[in-house]
Amino acid sequence: MSELSPKFKYEIAQEPGGENIKSCFACGICTASCPIREIDSQYNPRKIIRMVLLGMKERVLKSPFIWLCSNCYACTERCPQGVRFTEVMNAIKNLAVKEGHIHPAFRQQINILEHVGRLYEIDDFDNNKRAAFGLPKVEKTQGHTKKIIDMTGLAQIIESNEVRGQ
Amino acid sequence: MAARAVAKIFDIEFIDLDDFECCGFPIKSVHYGTFLVMGARNVLAAEERGLDICTLCSACTSSLTEVNKHLIENFDEKTRIVATLRKQGIDYRMSRNINIKHFTKILYEDIGTGEIEKLIKKRLSNLNVAPHYGCHYLKPTDIYNNPEDPENPQSLDELISITGANSIYYNEKMRCCGAGVLAINEDLAYSIARVKLKELSENSTDVMVLMCPFCSVMFDDNQKKIEQKFQETYNLPVLYYPQLLGLALGIDEKSLGLRMNRVSTRALLEKIKK
Repeated sequence: MSELSPKFKYEIAQEPGGENIKSCFACGICTASCPIREIDSQYNPRKIIRMVLLGMKERVLKSPFIWLCSNCYACTERCPQGVRFTEVMNAIKNLAVKEGHIHPAFRQQINILEHVGRLYEIDDFDNNKRAAFGLPKVEKTQGHTKKIIDMTGLAQIIESNEVRGQ
Repeated sequence: MAARAVAKIFDIEFIDLDDFECCGFPIKSVHYGTFLVMGARNVLAAEERGLDICTLCSACTSSLTEVNKHLIENFDEKTRIVATLRKQGIDYRMSRNINIKHFTKILYEDIGTGEIEKLIKKRLSNLNVAPHYGCHYLKPTDIYNNPEDPENPQSLDELISITGANSIYYNEKMRCCGAGVLAINEDLAYSIARVKLKELSENSTDVMVLMCPFCSVMFDDNQKKIEQKFQETYNLPVLYYPQLLGLALGIDEKSLGLRMNRVSTRALLEKIKK
């Protein structure tokens, strides 16, 4: 078993969205409400919170299951303690990225965003189709999204992330 | 396309901004700071021109609403973001605070069901419609100005009812579409979408109506794939709400883009004509 990091919960609480993790009293309504948990038992919100509070930093940040949250907010709306678990998951993933464990799907998405400013490139073919339907042209990116990704330090973080699974 | 056709009838003018880019939603789970600045830049692009933002996608709605709320409540941070962007040559001026609203919410709150009903030309009274609210249209409730009860929302049901159609209740009504994990784990995403498709193919539903293009990717674009994966047949047409309303307002099928829907809408249109 990997070593425990007692400060892990404080690190999560310092990330935007992770502030309320220590309020959890383990009632489990998050897990009961989770549409992912219903299908894939690997993903268990209550268990993830316990793992964070117990300081299982390496196991949590390196695990594939932290990327399975669908962002549906069912847990957040029902939590009696205001933990906002959807945002806690975002805090966990933000920290995982800083520690070098980005999921390859996101690496790919960021790459597309840097180049076209959106997740889907609207090329001439699409614009001709749009024109035929009477829809206005979608202009090419002015490079703003790329500048922002460079400016906030995300580009550098991605660069220093090892490619997982390779 | 359907939203533009419907907007015209209610004298809502859309002004397309060339400098609008990704809302930032995909980045929130990776790097919150980048998510915030990406959203802020889009908000500022509209703010500088004195415009509110009308969104057609529920994920864009929640992302931009969250960012906008954060900027309004943290004025110093907003000023700082504007200054940092300017140093990068991205120059936007702050102006009055703006509103972000989904097109369906504009219809519901600003036009109102009473006014819409007056313009209905063809009542779709023989249709059983399954409303799919999706997640971000309603949640997280604490970012929205007039949140609905996320466990028992009414707005889409009411908007469906004014077309004359029957808005049905079903067990899986509030279930997520699964799109949030599509890029991470396709099988898992399809398994979630399947739950809803299966129930609706087994009751008397004629069509599912939704208001988020990403939910539509799951239920319409990928329906065939899900059928193949689970060896089941759903054959469930999926309409974007403005498409359903457009039909009731008497807008022609072509202007509503009904031929672009992946699951054929032909049988549905035949039923309406009866």
